[in-house]
Amino acid sequence: MAPHEIRRPFKRRPISDQQKRRELSLLRQTQHRSDAQQRARNLASSVISLQSSSPDVDPEILSEAVPELDEGTESESSNFDVRQASRLRGPEARKWFARQLMLPEWMIDVPDNLSQDWYVLARPAGKRCFVVSSDGTTVSRVRNGSILHHFPSALPGGARKKGASGPANSYSILDCIFHESDQTYYVIDMVCWRGYSLYECTAEFRFFWMQSKLAETGACDPPSFYHKFRFSAVPFYNCDQSGLHSAYTGSLPYVKDGLLFYNKHAHYHTGNTPLVLIWKDESCSQYVIDTDNNGEVPNQQHIVLELQEEGKLVTSDDPPVPFSCLNADFVKQSGLSSGSLIRFAIGDGGLKCVDGRFEKADLQYTGVSNRARAFADSYSKIMFQYMARHSPLKVEDLASTISHENQQDKPPEVEMSD
Amino acid sequence: MAMEVTQLLINAQSIDGTVRKHAEESLKQFQEQNLAGFLLSLAGELANDEKPVDSRKLAGLVLKNALDAKEQHRKYELVQRWLALDMSTKSQIRAFLLKTLSAPVPDVRSTASQVIAKVAGIELPQKQWPELIVSLLSNIHQLPAHVKQATLETLGYLCEEVSPDVVEQEHVNKILTAVVQGMNAAEGNNDVRLAATRALYMALGFAQANFNNDMERDYIMRVVCEATLSPEVKIRQAAFECLVSIASTYYEKLAHYMQDIFNITAKAVREDDESVALQAIEFWSSICDEEIDILEEYGGEFAGDSDVPCFYFTKQALPGLVPLLLETLLKQEEDQDLDEGAWNIAMAGGTCLGLVARAVGDDIVPHVMPFIEEKISKPDWREREAATYAFGSILEGPSADKLMAIVNAALTFMLNALTNDPSNHVKDTTAWTLGRIFEFLHGSTIETPIITQANCQQIITVLIQSMNDAPNVAEKACGALYFLAQGYEDIGPNSPLTPFFQEIIQSLLAVAHREDATESRLRTAAYEALNEVVRCSTDETSTMVLQLVPVIMLELHNTLEGEKLSLDEREKQNELQGLLCGCLQVIIQKLGSEPTKSAFMQYADQMMGLFLRVFGCRSATAHEEAMLAIGALAYAAGPNFAKYMPEFYKYLEMGLQNFEEYQVCAVTVGVVGDICRALEDKILPYCDGIMTQLLKDLSSNQLHRSVKPPIFSCFGDIALAIGEDFDKYWRYSMPMLQSAAELSAHSSGADDEMTEYTNSLRNGILEAYSGIFQGFKNSPKTQLLIPFAPHILQFLDSIYMEKDMDEVVMKTAIGVLGDLADTLGSHVGGLIQQSVSSKEFLNECLSSEDHTIKEAAEWAKHAITRAISV
Repeated sequence: MAPHEIRRPFKRRPISDQQKRRELSLLRQTQHRSDAQQRARNLASSVISLQSSSPDVDPEILSEAVPELDEGTESESSNFDVRQASRLRGPEARKWFARQLMLPEWMIDVPDNLSQDWYVLARPAGKRCFVVSSDGTTVSRVRNGSILHHFPSALPGGARKKGASGPANSYSILDCIFHESDQTYYVIDMVCWRGYSLYECTAEFRFFWMQSKLAETGACDPPSFYHKFRFSAVPFYNCDQSGLHSAYTGSLPYVKDGLLFYNKHAHYHTGNTPLVLIWKDESCSQYVIDTDNNGEVPNQQHIVLELQEEGKLVTSDDPPVPFSCLNADFVKQSGLSSGSLIRFAIGDGGLKCVDGRFEKADLQYTGVSNRARAFADSYSKIMFQYMARHSPLKVEDLASTISHENQQDKPPEVEMSD
Repeated sequence: MAMEVTQLLINAQSIDGTVRKHAEESLKQFQEQNLAGFLLSLAGELANDEKPVDSRKLAGLVLKNALDAKEQHRKYELVQRWLALDMSTKSQIRAFLLKTLSAPVPDVRSTASQVIAKVAGIELPQKQWPELIVSLLSNIHQLPAHVKQATLETLGYLCEEVSPDVVEQEHVNKILTAVVQGMNAAEGNNDVRLAATRALYMALGFAQANFNNDMERDYIMRVVCEATLSPEVKIRQAAFECLVSIASTYYEKLAHYMQDIFNITAKAVREDDESVALQAIEFWSSICDEEIDILEEYGGEFAGDSDVPCFYFTKQALPGLVPLLLETLLKQEEDQDLDEGAWNIAMAGGTCLGLVARAVGDDIVPHVMPFIEEKISKPDWREREAATYAFGSILEGPSADKLMAIVNAALTFMLNALTNDPSNHVKDTTAWTLGRIFEFLHGSTIETPIITQANCQQIITVLIQSMNDAPNVAEKACGALYFLAQGYEDIGPNSPLTPFFQEIIQSLLAVAHREDATESRLRTAAYEALNEVVRCSTDETSTMVLQLVPVIMLELHNTLEGEKLSLDEREKQNELQGLLCGCLQVIIQKLGSEPTKSAFMQYADQMMGLFLRVFGCRSATAHEEAMLAIGALAYAAGPNFAKYMPEFYKYLEMGLQNFEEYQVCAVTVGVVGDICRALEDKILPYCDGIMTQLLKDLSSNQLHRSVKPPIFSCFGDIALAIGEDFDKYWRYSMPMLQSAAELSAHSSGADDEMTEYTNSLRNGILEAYSGIFQGFKNSPKTQLLIPFAPHILQFLDSIYMEKDMDEVVMKTAIGVLGDLADTLGSHVGGLIQQSVSSKEFLNECLSSEDHTIKEAAEWAKHAITRAISV
């Protein structure tokens, strides 16, 4: 039995850097694993919250349930399970569905790096809607939440047909435009596919996925008994000269209504976003300038603003842009209350801008807005409409921005003197 | 036959290779053909006094190796084979062994002692050879000295081999009585006394009951203390070893003896042979270890109900102990900083002083300061070094408030000494002390910073200069820079190091390239500092970190080009590859997310190519580092990582097959998880191979057990990635999970280490369940899981009832309850309602202070509400 060694570490760290790296890796892996689980669970947890909004629920849960746009947690609330949401009725459903769509801002100036970072596509004319396939059926809802069609489709889980496209209770959500004349759903974005959320994916990825997955299911096939409407992926282009040209002038099977610009790196962000832009002119859209209920362009531009506390009038943006104020007596007299959507005409004084930012408007009260309206107008819409009437952003402006960008990429020309 | 064995054993030690090889093969053949005969003739050889000593010793050794092995599975096989032998063979072997204890040759007796202990290690737990202890102890007093010595030695080995719970208390008492009597001063024979003292060291773990009895404890302690005064140095050393072991095993029983022990140890430290003095210092180091642990568990507050109270022995001993340790600091050896293996009284004393500072905190400062002040400027380097070391060693323990003024006053002095002191020894310790200043008194938690705008430049300049000093000094300077950078870990967007960043990186690279960089671990220290500087860097310097990527890649590339290296050169090359892969790993983690990600990813292809070549070098360390780096890269690359899979896959598989170097296997399992999250369902084509390997790993008894929990977690990662496609593996993985769950539900309690392992196993199993449930969600294949629900709920209930789960398990477990409810819904509503987990356990988690547990519990609650309401 020999004596026992008792050497202790001397002037050295007890943990080697290698051990530290190992531990940091483990920590990172643990964190990512728990994030991945959290994501998987979230997909379901909002189901639970929403379902609890039946009468017998704990009010505490209910308050967490309503997804709120103003909070920084959109990504979580947007993981809401649509199959449950389809059971919603009435205003609750309208509100919820309206909030699930990504709403483009209107293009009031040209973003940087169009040719590098953006896609362009020709927006089909028609109703923007949310198509949800689940539990053997497919439902499309327009922006205000009301049902457009209820039908069987070849989308995953979209029809009661055995062995078709995956498990019966897997579901998909598509962002579409329904084009009346050829009765086709043109898909402009993919939000969930076979139960997997694409909210957190870049547009680049979603578009790629949309093009490759949609065809696989047979959803692009002509209508049949189990597939009432045809789906079609809208072609998209890199927003360089030729892409812009193709989208703007190219011949497509549908009637165009302006151009949509998608930032490639943007996630599916519900509500208004500056990372998707809509632009229109007379030659690619019938509806550049808003029409009234009779389909005619009114003499004056009409806008809808939301009334807030103390008479403040704001846009639907987040944060809202204040436009004007109503005096308290008038509010009282007209029976308006905070939250009301109010219609105004823009008078001859027009909109005054300083350094490209809105400063003052000449507004004329015309009345309370149509009840079908869920939101006020956005700032960019008001500005775009105003510009369209006065000094529109032309397609040439877009093209020249792009060509300018390209020139910058080239090495500068050297001028020799003498 | 017997004749033959003698010759074989002698031939097996022949210097002639052919003869030796032939003999070894014959022995092996003999063993395979007739194990009983083989073992019996070995025992006979060992016992036969007429045989040559060499063949007897080797016979004993071969016999011992036929009973035990290092690898668990081999050991298990050997044990089973021994137990299967017929009783008469075993009895004869036992008799031969006991007889050998009376052999006149000491080595032969000692070999027999060890073999007896091995046999006892197998048989006593099986209640076989029950008469062994009694027969060893009967008439021990009448035995001739050499037999008594061998018997005591046997008892010592026996205590080392056998767990205390298989020996009856009556036998324990007899063993201890014999041993302690053998140690007594009345024992005239030194060999006997030494054997008894060493046997006591082994037997201390058996003495729990005896240490609880005041009289018996007093007796043991008295005999041990007396033995420390024996005229024989080996006995004194062995007696102090006993005291060291008692310090940690019976800390709470020592109050009564501390005054005497202090006197004995002080005398030994000052006057005795170094081998004894080192043990005496180690006694105090062990006491400090205990008190540091106890005080850490109190969290700084005395809690009346804690198991072992702190007796503050160190604090009480301070006035005598500190001067004693300070004296040792002056006994440095000239070249101790150059010799990796050095360990001497000055080093032991210095280490102990550092532990004392941690155990007593502020109180140590006034005891040490006069020594430092008196000696720090003395002409003799020994005094300056000792003073500097003393200063460095008290920097951990006392509060920042207590130290701040002293450190601020000393900083300039230290920087000056590091530049100008003529002694290498003093500079080494000064650089180390600066490192400790930065480690403990610099960082976001310190209110008034030591490093300011005024002195930052000077500090960095001095450290960088010292990197050109001798390798041992340069190594410590790199270490100091490591902690300097670490202190700015959470500095925010602007780091004071930014202006110096480029210079620091350049200098560290230059140090790493010094020709003598392999001395004193200098190169390792340089890369470690580089890593920490990168880890703690801010966005301001990310372009410079990015520029480092091609530099490190080129270096790694160069290591792969070397040809025809000697074994030693290859080893150094592999070590360097490990360091460079480690460095790249740190950089990947730093740059692999936006906004630097896209610029960084341009190097990904090349980097991956290099890592794959590193795998080709077949060095465990480099392999592990490259694998970790790839895990980080996979996370950065996301789904794009798919393009590397065809080439990378075989190394992944190789890693999973590496049982021997289990660290490699463990990190590979972790990387599989990374890849699952990066590729999601694109990993599917590789899953058959991966799952096959993981299942093999789990059923192997060769693989280190620590790898098994992460393998279960990895099942979860895979299931989450491929969703319902996991149904292919469900048939194999569920039963494995189930049996592991059963095992881990009740197997805890033995000791802290076992409880910790059990909890990590539970966590792995639960993570697997979570991943599988979430992966199967919304698929008709959830049907497959329904039959497992009762078992899983039972598992959750049982770990709740055991009351020994840690917080990690608690969170995972309550999450699984939610996952089960979420995925299986109304199918299991009734079952869930019957489970304890859904009531008491859930409520406990809901009121947890740990918000991650609470969050998981709230989620589970919602999921359950839904499952039972539908």
